[in-house]
Amino acid sequence: MAEVLELQCRECGRGYPVSPIYACEFCFAPLEPTYDYDAIRAAVSAERIGDGPPTIWRYEALLPELDRSKRVDLGAGFTPLVKADRLASYLGIDELYLKNDTANPTHSFKDRVVTVALSAARSMGFNVIACASTGNLANAVAAHAARSGMTSFVFIPSDLEEAKIVTTAIYGGNVIAVKGNYDDVNRLCSEIAQTVDWAFVNVNIRPFYSEGSKTLAFEVCEQLGWQAPDHMVVPVASGSLLTKINKGLHELETVGLIPRPSTKIHAAQAAGCNPVTDAVTRGIEHVRPVKPNTIAKSLAIGNPADGYYAVKAVRETGGFAQEASDEDIVAGIRLLASTEGIFTETAGGVTISVLEKLAAAGTFAKGERVVAMITGMGLKTAEAITGKVGATVEIPPNLEAFEEQLGFLEGDR
Amino acid sequence: MTVKVKIPTQLRQLVGGEKEIEIEKAANVREILDNLGGQHPGLIERIVDENGEIRRFVNLYVGDEDVRFLQGLDTPVEPDQTVSILPAVAGG
Repeated sequence: MAEVLELQCRECGRGYPVSPIYACEFCFAPLEPTYDYDAIRAAVSAERIGDGPPTIWRYEALLPELDRSKRVDLGAGFTPLVKADRLASYLGIDELYLKNDTANPTHSFKDRVVTVALSAARSMGFNVIACASTGNLANAVAAHAARSGMTSFVFIPSDLEEAKIVTTAIYGGNVIAVKGNYDDVNRLCSEIAQTVDWAFVNVNIRPFYSEGSKTLAFEVCEQLGWQAPDHMVVPVASGSLLTKINKGLHELETVGLIPRPSTKIHAAQAAGCNPVTDAVTRGIEHVRPVKPNTIAKSLAIGNPADGYYAVKAVRETGGFAQEASDEDIVAGIRLLASTEGIFTETAGGVTISVLEKLAAAGTFAKGERVVAMITGMGLKTAEAITGKVGATVEIPPNLEAFEEQLGFLEGDR
Repeated sequence: MTVKVKIPTQLRQLVGGEKEIEIEKAANVREILDNLGGQHPGLIERIVDENGEIRRFVNLYVGDEDVRFLQGLDTPVEPDQTVSILPAVAGG
């Protein structure tokens, strides 16, 4: 485990002792754990990581942990990096990989951040764990809370996909449906967090929570033989994932596991919720909040707290930004499923659609390696494609009827 | 006539530990903050930057609505409304 020296403000650099705080008292900017990278460099090696468990905890040397005996682990991470030759050939990309984070315990990348957050919260003595969520985080928090015996309170927008409500409630915690959008839920939670002694994973435990996203960068590099790819396409909601992937790449260089990365990080958002991609495209620093209107509800954060850092990371790495309409999202989900056999949720549809647009714009040069992040699985948002796919034909139960239809179907090919 | 202003934990030490402050009603958010700042030195510069803009990681609400969707610091405030000051938090 990486010892956390202090929590440091990203803007003004003020340091705070390790505690459940999340914003600088002076400028309100987010706090980040700081580490002794010299000590980590001396202790870490590709071999030691390779001998570790097939979870994010193989990178424990680079993750903030306070007490290993309090770890809450459902096996998040070390998901497959799939070489996607059929999709690559369809899109005209030389070498394409998909980071298949649908393979996590609750089927999204949120298990990565939650295992780190709950482990920290337990170490700090909390018994109640809470979050504001668009669904994936809700699943992960409820499941990890059940696993650890903690009480959970999950706050969601009341119009969330039915599947995401069921797949949260099944774990037995409290599910509070709030009549409002995610930004309303988030505001409510930041108010509640000031009145109760709970661990809100994305509020007062955020400095720990968000570090879990670095592991996507760690895994991609390890799975490519300790090399950073040339491009990454990352979906953006709060902006935290993209920011931390960039941080993860640079940490690997800092501790000597990869050479200096030159990965271009591209941002993917829905056209109906595009505060980050809009700022990147316009070349402005200021992220203007929007009122979300998209089927990609897991990306529907109109006022992204880490949007500013995501814009900066895209710009500094030489990346681009693209947007997907609701139609594009459904097309992206279908394209990925039909070429690679991976069923992703709407956020993944955004990523694939944006990958397609970036490829069409000539973003990826010959011989370059491209990695797209598939962060959540399709059953969670089956509503988005209900009625758009279904039985090819309906027939009576006899052979003649089938053979008659088979003629048409084969003719279809 | 007064309006309520909710103070986040990060700023409470500047206002004697209060969670909520009643302040003389004023036309808009800017004037309310000015009044507040007059009573509690050091508070305003934590909310508004040197260019007079709301700080990047601060969210201000009138009622339930983020003032960035309204008229920013010029957003009018009615007597029965509450102004909330909250740090931005990430989510997902």
